Amino acid sequence: MSKLNPKTLASFQSQMSRPPNWASVGMDTGGIAAGAREVFDALVAEKEQKGVAAEIRQTGSNGLAYADPIVQVKTEQLPLITYGSVDSELAAVIVENHLVKNQLIEDHIIATRERSTTLDEQKPIAILVKDTSEEQGDKTSFFQLSLQQELEVHGIKDVPVHRAMDMGIYDQGLCIQLLPSGVTYSNVLTPDLRRIISQSVEKGIVVEDLLVEDADPQQKIVLRNCGSVDPECIEDYLQHGGYQGLGRLLKDLTPEQGIDELKTSGLRGRGGAGFPVWLKWKLTRDPESDQKYVICNADEGDPGAFMDRSVLEGDPHSVLEGLIIAGYCVGANKGYLYIRAEYPLAVKRIQKAIDEARQKGLIGENILGSGFSFNADIRLGAGAFVCGEETALIASIEGKRGSPIPRPPFPSVKGLFEQPTSINNVETLASVAAILENSGKWYAQFGTEESRGTKVFAVTGKVRNAQLVEVPMGIPIRKIIYDVCGGVLSGNKLKAVQTGGPSGGVIPEDLLDTPISYESLSKLGSIMGSGGMLVMDQNDSMVDVAKFYLKFCVDESCGKCAPCRVGGYQLLQLLEKIFRGKALDTDIEQIKRICEAMQKASLCGLGQTAPNPVLSTLRYFEEEYTAFIEGGASYARKVKRQLADLAKQSA
Amino acid sequence: MIQRIVNATINGIPVSVPYGTSILDAARAVQVKIPVLCKHPDLGATAACGLCIVRIAGSQKMPRACATPLENGMEIFTHDGELTEIRRSVIELILSNHPSECLSCGRNTNCELQTLAAEFGIRQDSIERYVRDLPQDASNGSIIIDFNKCIKCGRCVQVCQEVQDVWALSFLERGINTRMAPAGDILLSESPCIKCGQCAAHCPTGAIVENDETAAVWAALRDPEKHCTVQIAPSVRVALGEEFGYPPGTNLTKKIYAVMRRLGFKAVFDTNFSADLTIMEEANEFVERFAKGKGELPLITSCCPAWTDYMEKFHHDFVDNFSTAKSPQQMMGVMAKTYYSEKMGIDPAKHYQVSIMPCTAKKYELERDEEMFASGYQDVDITLTTRELARMIKQSGIAFEELADEEADSILGTYSGAGTIFGATGGVMEAAIRTAYYFVTNESLEGDAINVTPVRGLEGVKIADVDIKGTQVKVAVAHGMANVGKVLGEVRDARKAGKETPYHFIEVMACPGGCIGGGGQPYHTDIHTRMQRAAGLYNDDEKCAARCSHENPEIKQVYKEYLGHPNSEKAHKLLHTHYKAKKVYLK
Repeated sequence: MSKLNPKTLASFQSQMSRPPNWASVGMDTGGIAAGAREVFDALVAEKEQKGVAAEIRQTGSNGLAYADPIVQVKTEQLPLITYGSVDSELAAVIVENHLVKNQLIEDHIIATRERSTTLDEQKPIAILVKDTSEEQGDKTSFFQLSLQQELEVHGIKDVPVHRAMDMGIYDQGLCIQLLPSGVTYSNVLTPDLRRIISQSVEKGIVVEDLLVEDADPQQKIVLRNCGSVDPECIEDYLQHGGYQGLGRLLKDLTPEQGIDELKTSGLRGRGGAGFPVWLKWKLTRDPESDQKYVICNADEGDPGAFMDRSVLEGDPHSVLEGLIIAGYCVGANKGYLYIRAEYPLAVKRIQKAIDEARQKGLIGENILGSGFSFNADIRLGAGAFVCGEETALIASIEGKRGSPIPRPPFPSVKGLFEQPTSINNVETLASVAAILENSGKWYAQFGTEESRGTKVFAVTGKVRNAQLVEVPMGIPIRKIIYDVCGGVLSGNKLKAVQTGGPSGGVIPEDLLDTPISYESLSKLGSIMGSGGMLVMDQNDSMVDVAKFYLKFCVDESCGKCAPCRVGGYQLLQLLEKIFRGKALDTDIEQIKRICEAMQKASLCGLGQTAPNPVLSTLRYFEEEYTAFIEGGASYARKVKRQLADLAKQSA
Repeated sequence: MIQRIVNATINGIPVSVPYGTSILDAARAVQVKIPVLCKHPDLGATAACGLCIVRIAGSQKMPRACATPLENGMEIFTHDGELTEIRRSVIELILSNHPSECLSCGRNTNCELQTLAAEFGIRQDSIERYVRDLPQDASNGSIIIDFNKCIKCGRCVQVCQEVQDVWALSFLERGINTRMAPAGDILLSESPCIKCGQCAAHCPTGAIVENDETAAVWAALRDPEKHCTVQIAPSVRVALGEEFGYPPGTNLTKKIYAVMRRLGFKAVFDTNFSADLTIMEEANEFVERFAKGKGELPLITSCCPAWTDYMEKFHHDFVDNFSTAKSPQQMMGVMAKTYYSEKMGIDPAKHYQVSIMPCTAKKYELERDEEMFASGYQDVDITLTTRELARMIKQSGIAFEELADEEADSILGTYSGAGTIFGATGGVMEAAIRTAYYFVTNESLEGDAINVTPVRGLEGVKIADVDIKGTQVKVAVAHGMANVGKVLGEVRDARKAGKETPYHFIEVMACPGGCIGGGGQPYHTDIHTRMQRAAGLYNDDEKCAARCSHENPEIKQVYKEYLGHPNSEKAHKLLHTHYKAKKVYLK
């Protein structure tokens, strides 16, 4: 592999060499757990057996975790088609039918969310149908048949109709999507079928009153390559515009100008606290020092969060590129990626990315002839949540016990090995590379005045589609839950959404229209956090939820400072007491008192925010606490039984 | 260098302090005390306890005063209703994780947590108590750890790792189960612990205390069969008074002699005398090595048992450099049970020798090896720390403060100024130089020249060139084990490079400040108390009739009557010992 220079790097921009027929498998940890490796092997075996000229590739996750394993197929005749819930049997069918015969496969297609609102005169090559209501049973097959009959009536024989697995639209009755345009209709009734055929299929005219005009609210910047590039192939990343941001920075910009670009972008730290990235970099750049460091914080540990893992596994070079950019801007020639050891695939792929980047001359001495040198290494976290805290993370890299130390001095002044150090999280660094590639001004167009850009959320819990979502800041939480993730499971009533993981709080249903931003969430008693989003429905007990999150922090407390170490434990005892129906009114006061001591007197963010789930559930759902106090042990037993039954059902 | 000054207000009071001063220290400068349980003046801020939170105008946060430097223009508020209530909650939380055994605790009436609870008027246990039931670690005879009483302030770990560079103690587990313990969860006796007791001296509660052996001493004193004698270490005389309300550094030598007799000791010796004896042997050894080339240079002092333990574990490539002269404690023991017993007609088998030391490691030294039984019996039977002695006096019903002065018993009681300064860092070196000068030149240092001031003071490493009639002797003094590494490193580097040793004579004491800051001294020792105690010893030195060990008339007599000359066959048998490499971990 030869080293790149500015010219050869730039030439990648226009290249996109890919064979006409290919299939890719989402091989992130989630995909692999669901069987993606078997699917991959089956695709390869079937392809070879049948002698099909097609490339079988691996990618990371495209975010649709609920539909793992995912296979994307592209042939000359058909647009890019995404299949969900694929197994090895289906993989063989995909090769035989889709790759060889250009036939789509029933019940596994995930319709594109890039919905067009215009049609050309070309007849569609296929139609997807899906009943998105499911209230009185799934009528998809019925509509498929109706549509096929109607097409026959119109004498159209070459437009197949296929049942889709997911339309990306929910509770909107029958939905229909025309391929390849992506024009999508919702709330289609039987009489409408005729109109759709005579207008759209035959004449290329859009049926306005059925048209879905709302585009998918997602905006993929961080996840721009996840699910499309091969994470273990630097050429693929380069062909997707990779390292262009770094190239531009090294060629055209001084470190200060690089920092200015970040300032224009308005990007704030995505690890949770939202500190302006440009300022952190400037504060690290300013002190005079022979040695500075940049660190990528990849110690993602919130329960239910998998944003960083998906990026590390799906687009490792974007993180590495961001880290090199950070190094150049702050004046550091050494970077560490602190990755939790429980992410072995991420570690493997980042290591591969480092090796490949070194071979390409993007890491090492005199990068792209700029005179800037940079090296990167991985350090493994040993599974302590608190090591996501900057100073604890630094201690851990230094080989010490991972406990926070007081700030100031901030790491930007005195960090790793006592040298100025900038620590940025995975999502931040992946955004940085995109910003340098496209400009700060481009980035600043997304989001709100105070909170620019996009944010990735891992939406889990009682939601129809547990998945990764990347949306512009300022979008209402409700839109994420309902428009992207399909709303609440089995038609239940949404009760609240927890953001910010164990450091965050719950947001009740009636406040879900709040536009999402660092400020708005904190006003509601929650936080942005790193991006966990847990959906709870009417059956969830808020006391139980608070207890769950608090227990996490109590287990993960490093034990250094008394307010967190003892406060968390005692708080948990009080919640247990309430949950057993043994508490008194005065215990609520005691809970509030301990919460305050923890918030105000804990040393680091873990202890300061650990009471948030308790305080926010008390704020919005105090009646659930008083119900336990008034109802006593018999009430507590009843709630416990209900929760156990529900758990059994969902299992 | 121009010192930058920071101007701010604390509770409305203007304050000007040097740049970098913490809010905690700045507040103290304007007579404001902010409660703390973890921050110790000797140690950096760990910010563990959470009690010293304050309010800064314009900020929502409550930063810790111990760890936050004062900045220009800051308006600090240290006490208001909310801060006090939060502090009370934190104290109650800490109490909820601490046994309620104050009455039977080694730190009863002297515990920082107990004091705070009293000051905050906490009258009930409002939070249910949760204390783990961890067994004590009494495996090493010097200190005892009661893990259940630990409040995880981290002082012991800090002092063990940062000040002493021993790394015996660390934190294990996490969350509510976090506990301080020997690293690797082994017994203290299997750990690198050097028994210096700095952990006990810095512990705010009763989690680490000296192994209290007063009961054994009482039993011996009450045993009619036993002839109990006692020796008092140099630094005890300037520290014991603190337990009775005297300011640090008050020299109570003669009151201590008096109280010892009241307690029932048949004879009262002074370790200062045997310090003079140590100097005779050690200065002679130095001259032999330095002037006559018999043995390795540099010569390194070995009177501190924590240091010798540390050396044997971590720096045993210097075994041959160690002075073979025993410590004053051990020299006194063997002289008491041989020379003194013979002279007074006491059966050495019944002679029970007690030493009063500032030190927990001295308890270990008693049975360090078979050479500590040179008299044919255990030379010193038991060691009490200054703190234990204070308890004995208080139990005994003697109004210590009102006692009239008395003298020590003759023959092992008279001391020179050189013997008394053994208790402070640099003192052994200074005492040795005074006598080595005499051994080399046959002349005694006179006037100001007798004061070797460059080796005095609390600087971590002190270096001096001493002129012995035209010959330059390069000496180094280190105290606090973390300071030793760099001095020995220089010697090691020179050795490797085949160069001449950078130092000829090195004094090392394990504890910061030397014995005056020993692990068995009265609590609440900080740099000010160390300075005052050291000053007390140097004052004592100035007042002594003899300032050099070789001028001590009783020393002369002992050599004349019994030992012959330094390093005579008899002296060698009784007064010298040997060192060897040891494993750092015994597990």
